[in-house]
Amino acid sequence: MATTSLGMPVKFYQVGSFAVGNRLVDPALRSVQSGQERANALTSGHRACQGCGEALGARYVLDAAMRASQGRMVTVNATGCLEVFSTPYPETSWRVAWLHSLFGNAPAVATGVAAGLRALGRDDVTVVAQGGDGGTVDIGFGALSGMFERNDDVLYVCYDNGGYMNTGIQRSGATPPAARTMTTQAVGAEPGNVFGQGKDVPRIAMAHDVPYVATATVADLRDLEAKVTHAMSLRGSRYLHVLVPCPLGWGTASSDTVKVARLATESGFFPVFEAEHGVVTAVRHIRHRVPVEEYLRLQGRYAHLFRPERRDDVIARLQAIADRNIERYGLAGPVAALEVGPVGRAGALIEEGAAPGARVREV
Amino acid sequence: MLQQVEGSKAVARAVAACRPQVVCAYPISPQTHIVEEISRMVKAGELPGCEYVNVESEFAAMSGVIGSCAVGARSYTATASQGLLFMVEALYNVSGMGLPIVMTVANRAIGAPINIWNDHGDTMSQRDSGWLQLYAADNQEAADLHVQAFRIAEELSVPVMVCMDGFVLTHATEAVDVPDVGSVDAFLPPFVPRQVLDPDAPVSIGAMVGPEAFTEVRYLAHRRQLDALTVIPRVANEFAQHFGRTSGGLLHPYRTEGADLVVVALGSVLGTLQDVVDAQRSQGVAVGAVGLTSFRPFPYDAVRTALAGAHRVVVLERALAVGVGGIVAADVRTALVGTGVEQVTVVAGLGGRPITTASLGAMIGDAVAGRLPELTFLDLDHAVVDRELGRI
Amino acid sequence: MDKPFAITLDVGSSLANHTGAWRVERPVYVELEPPCAHACPAGENPQRWLYAAEEGAYEQAWRRLVEANPFPAVMGRVCYHPCQTACNRGFLDEAVGINAVERFLGDLAIERGWALPVPEVTSGRRVLVVGAGPTGLSAAYHLRRLGHDVTVRDAQTAPGGMMRYGIPAYRLPRTVLDAEIDRLVATGVHLELGARVGDVLDAEREGFDAALLAVGAQLGKRAYVPAGEAARVLDAVTMLHDVAEGEAPHLGRRVVVYGGGNTAVDAARTAKRLGATDSVIVYRRTRDRMPAHDSEVAEAIEEGVRVTWLSTIRHASAGRVLIERMVLDETGFPQPTGELEELEADSLVLALGQETDLSLVEGVPGVSVVDGVIEVDDDLMTGRPGLFAGGDVVPAERTVTVGIGHGTRAARAIHAWLGRADVRPGVAPDADTAADVGTASDVGAAPDDGVGSGGDEGAEPGQLGAHPLTGAQVPGADAAGNPPVATFDQLNPWYFADAPHAVRPRLEHARRTSGFEEVVQGLDVTTAQYEARRCMSCGSCFECDNCYGVCPDNAVTKLGPGARFRFDYDYCKGCGLCVQECPSGSILMVPEVP
Ligand SMILES: Cc1cc2nc3c(=O)[nH]c(=O)nc-3n(C[C@H](O)[C@H](O)[C@H](O)COP(=O)(O)OP(=O)(O)OC[C@H]3O[C@@H](n4cnc5c(N)ncnc54)[C@H](O)[C@@H]3O)c2cc1C
Ligand SMILES: Cc1ncc(C[n+]2csc(CCOP(=O)(O)OP(=O)(O)O)c2C)c(N)n1
Ligand code: SF4
Ligand code: SF4
Ligand code: SF4
Ligand SMILES: [Mg+2]
Repeated sequence: MATTSLGMPVKFYQVGSFAVGNRLVDPALRSVQSGQERANALTSGHRACQGCGEALGARYVLDAAMRASQGRMVTVNATGCLEVFSTPYPETSWRVAWLHSLFGNAPAVATGVAAGLRALGRDDVTVVAQGGDGGTVDIGFGALSGMFERNDDVLYVCYDNGGYMNTGIQRSGATPPAARTMTTQAVGAEPGNVFGQGKDVPRIAMAHDVPYVATATVADLRDLEAKVTHAMSLRGSRYLHVLVPCPLGWGTASSDTVKVARLATESGFFPVFEAEHGVVTAVRHIRHRVPVEEYLRLQGRYAHLFRPERRDDVIARLQAIADRNIERYGLAGPVAALEVGPVGRAGALIEEGAAPGARVREV
Repeated sequence: MLQQVEGSKAVARAVAACRPQVVCAYPISPQTHIVEEISRMVKAGELPGCEYVNVESEFAAMSGVIGSCAVGARSYTATASQGLLFMVEALYNVSGMGLPIVMTVANRAIGAPINIWNDHGDTMSQRDSGWLQLYAADNQEAADLHVQAFRIAEELSVPVMVCMDGFVLTHATEAVDVPDVGSVDAFLPPFVPRQVLDPDAPVSIGAMVGPEAFTEVRYLAHRRQLDALTVIPRVANEFAQHFGRTSGGLLHPYRTEGADLVVVALGSVLGTLQDVVDAQRSQGVAVGAVGLTSFRPFPYDAVRTALAGAHRVVVLERALAVGVGGIVAADVRTALVGTGVEQVTVVAGLGGRPITTASLGAMIGDAVAGRLPELTFLDLDHAVVDRELGRI
Repeated sequence: MDKPFAITLDVGSSLANHTGAWRVERPVYVELEPPCAHACPAGENPQRWLYAAEEGAYEQAWRRLVEANPFPAVMGRVCYHPCQTACNRGFLDEAVGINAVERFLGDLAIERGWALPVPEVTSGRRVLVVGAGPTGLSAAYHLRRLGHDVTVRDAQTAPGGMMRYGIPAYRLPRTVLDAEIDRLVATGVHLELGARVGDVLDAEREGFDAALLAVGAQLGKRAYVPAGEAARVLDAVTMLHDVAEGEAPHLGRRVVVYGGGNTAVDAARTAKRLGATDSVIVYRRTRDRMPAHDSEVAEAIEEGVRVTWLSTIRHASAGRVLIERMVLDETGFPQPTGELEELEADSLVLALGQETDLSLVEGVPGVSVVDGVIEVDDDLMTGRPGLFAGGDVVPAERTVTVGIGHGTRAARAIHAWLGRADVRPGVAPDADTAADVGTASDVGAAPDDGVGSGGDEGAEPGQLGAHPLTGAQVPGADAAGNPPVATFDQLNPWYFADAPHAVRPRLEHARRTSGFEEVVQGLDVTTAQYEARRCMSCGSCFECDNCYGVCPDNAVTKLGPGARFRFDYDYCKGCGLCVQECPSGSILMVPEVP
């Protein structure tokens, strides 16, 4: 990296890789979402709630996949909000070839799609399957595991909003502990969801040794796009788990969707990492660490932790989850340079930011 | 070419001759030999261009062929019994989307108690699933029906189940003229899907449809099934022209002319039944039989015509609607409304119990004599059930 | 494809569903006033030229800059940069080094020889500017741009006013000053030097249509300090003037400077450079209350200047001064303690402020002088029609920056004045003809700097006014549509990459006290760009594409580079995500009008 006479890095992009676009950056490194020519795989007129993270995440993912595949792509969708709000007869919001079958079979349908395309000799067409956390970690889990085990040529994307939102916010296997849902209400001695053992599907996916597993959020577009792009360059089963806040289910302001996702990662509560063939290869380091409470506070589903009385005991247990993530993945590592791509992916780095210790005051 | 072959293998080879492009299957007796043979052929390179996917469940099997069929690949699976029930949600999905998938069901009882032997309880449970159901009387017909099934399915964009009795047919070795690829090619055109998942012509398949259009969607599905009533016999005729033998069609009347009593049955029991009819006829009893090939759609007109001359009809069922009795019988009754034909139901062969010539002969005797009650369980061990009922 | 009814749908057909009907609030793009621009007394909008500099378009940046201020190289050295004090980035890490980039652009312009446009004289009007300090030169520049014929008269033999005769060369090299003044004069200003104006009314008689008084404050205040006869006491302004003229005064080895302003610091640092071994500033209060700028005090201390805080001078005699220790009372005012101390001093330099010589307006009807400065109205016009005044001669902060801003404002006001049909110097225009006043919209408007009052009356929070440029409805805009200042809490600072302030290199010590070489060096190309890119573009869209990206409803239309964005209200559900995630606070949510 070139530096100034003062040792400052020359390349500094004002918003670095944080914002969607960056007029100062080499056009080749710009995000898909910043482009006027993006696919808009999920277009206007859909019926998702205001500020829906899932609607946002799906467009982010599929637009990136569309660019990566140069449009040679078909999608399979599980039942859930994403399907319901996008395709109520007589209108669909999709602008990509899209198939919905059932709630629990998206991975298997995708397997079949991939097999069919192979049989037809259409090797140029890639398959992206997607579903909510319920469709993925619960009812579709067997199918997902089967798909992984066979290493079927599918990129599967789970949009995790921590519950069965489409049916009116019930608990799923991905609902975090203590969160209020309609089937884990904020009543009784232990209000909200139980502190179970958790069902960490990204790690379960890794246990299948599939070529690629990654987590991401709608708060870090460049990271998400880089992961989709990388995933699309691989063959075999690939799994992407995207945190998508749900204003309705989480009791958050519709304008806070990105913010709350950001706090999920900045608190360590939702670790962002990627793994290849079962081994973690990169993590997204926390930029400005915050206590998990800052994340919880924005969300009505945790309101009972603060009212009528503070539940420091419960908050501490949630903090412990974040702390464990931070330790497990080394999330507190240095943010020496801010990257466009996932850490460690050569060629996708934007050099910027300060060299460590470069914080000098004018005297 | 006529070959001594196990029913399963005959079916597997007939399916192979149809050039399926994707087969997704999960093993369950008595379907296993079929999918084993197909998987072998795929692996051995005898079925080029076919993908065989070892899925982790029947639900995944059906889901897999949903996907493959949606991209325009000719898709096939096979199952039985518990497996069929495990894929039920997907079955309805297939028919709802009009995907022309062909599936063999090696008919087997449904547990509990778990039982691997033959009856029609599995497929009968799916009579309203929107799939066509064609029942094979023997292995030749089983093999031939698959060739016809792909034609019918793809022409109408509806899925077809070919039902063959588990073990009785699947595991029986007999001489079968297995359709070969060349003849099938001449009979079965390549699959041109009605809708396809294709980046070059993107559509959204599988929309959510509300009250404003759901009835219409259902009505159209209904009409497509009714269309099958003409397509099935036409395809059977064409098949006969191509292959020089009769298979399929809606139903097969057997010596019904002048018959006072006609026994209606489906599947492999027809062979035994025909023997019994022959025996009774030689003794001067005016009995005939109607073998029902198409249970779905139910050929009401053809059934009425076939049974018009009879005074009495026995519907011989290999399944039981618990608390009701016959399943096929209900449809036959509807077909006979206003004809004045008397009708009784005999439930037989559940869970693999053999339906013997003797029992059938006795049944016919009783029927002719008017001694058969509305519902009879053939060869029921009264000692056992009386003892059990007494205990309650 | 023979698609099955209802189950299979044509892509993108949901565009028929106008979800905009769900909305109760709508996002609107706004253009707020950046705090830097709001704070700049010279009327610059640093954000505008930084934007160009971010892209490395330095000439474009410089051209944008000089629309308001013709002295970037000077200002980049001597301005106390209130823009940086106001800069919102200060809340994040450190203010953007606007001033350093400004100097970089100014120096680059000199190096590359970029010229200012030379306008024709189109108005047929003649304006006299008295005083070639920053105020006068700025006014001359803007009047030229407006097509007037301008004459600048100055008593000195070289132009620049206090830029030349006050500010020491180690802070503002004369080559830089000369280059910028020459470039300005080259736009067609008639500069008359050594031409003291004794009476402004004479000028009117010469046929000028209007005049501006920009004579500054040239006289050092001589507060009464009891001094023995042999004591060598001089005033800082004179001393610095002499140094600037190349006539170094004899100060001796031990110099005491009395005062706490920048002039005191300049005097003390100059004394060091003239060979004083001891250069001591005596100041009544504490460091944090010192009016001199902290960075300059720090630089002085680095150079070996000592400061005796909380002290006043009671008496000066040959070789020594007597000082009294002070304490601050609860109001922060210094009170004597009676504790006395002696300091050795070969000379005592008084740096207690400047006064202005107003003999040239003595007896001019309508001109009123209060507290030693000339009274003016909002348009910087004195009580005499056609006679304007600005800079150090009017009540305002006394800085080069304010002077330049006054020059701009005065030019605009003079232009408007000259636009009236029947103007005659000294005569108030007829009320009927005063209606159609042309305003010079191409002259950077200097904001309120304490002279007169800003046009803020009538502005109520939440009130809608249409922004003149964008047409955007700006909540909180004043009646004229001037948008409110963008505050830090309106930004989303997450998006700005961590980037500490780039420091300007400084001349090393030995060279600093031995001569008048410039102490603070400029930024190089890359560092300047780096620094420019720290700008957060407060209140102005900088096309980060966030709103376009984060909208879950795809309801933001990107219009292409430079053309910004448009909301598609057919589909915008009013979730507010774009507002929340806009880094620069350029989108506001307003209630949907029923
Ligand atoms: C030592 C010192 C250091 C300073 N440092 C800074 C600094 O770092 N940054 C900053 O912003 N400000 C600084 N200032 C203040 C700043 O220099 C003044 O506020 C600014 O120069 C005022 O500009 P002006 O044009 O109004 O007056 P001046 O700069 O004083 O110019 C007035 C001009 O009018 C001429 N003139 C006066 N009377 C007549 C007459 N009768 N006829 C013709 N010509 C006449 C004078 O010769 C002079 O050239 C400093 C001031 C001093 C004294
Ligand atoms: C077999 C089956 N069980 C239950 C349902 C009802 N159902 C539809 S969507 C859904 C929840 C979806 O949750 P998730 O997958 O997390 O997606 P989200 O709506 O939260 O995006 C449920 C329970 C169904 N459609 N099918
Ligand atoms: S319930 Fe949640 S996931 Fe579903 S559309 Fe609304 S915001 Fe999106
Ligand atoms: S989000 Fe970015 S592109 Fe949109 S208005 Fe704000 S600064 Fe401009
Ligand atoms: S993000 Fe989209 S839907 Fe939400 S307020 Fe902005 S333009 Fe409207
Ligand atoms: Mg969910």
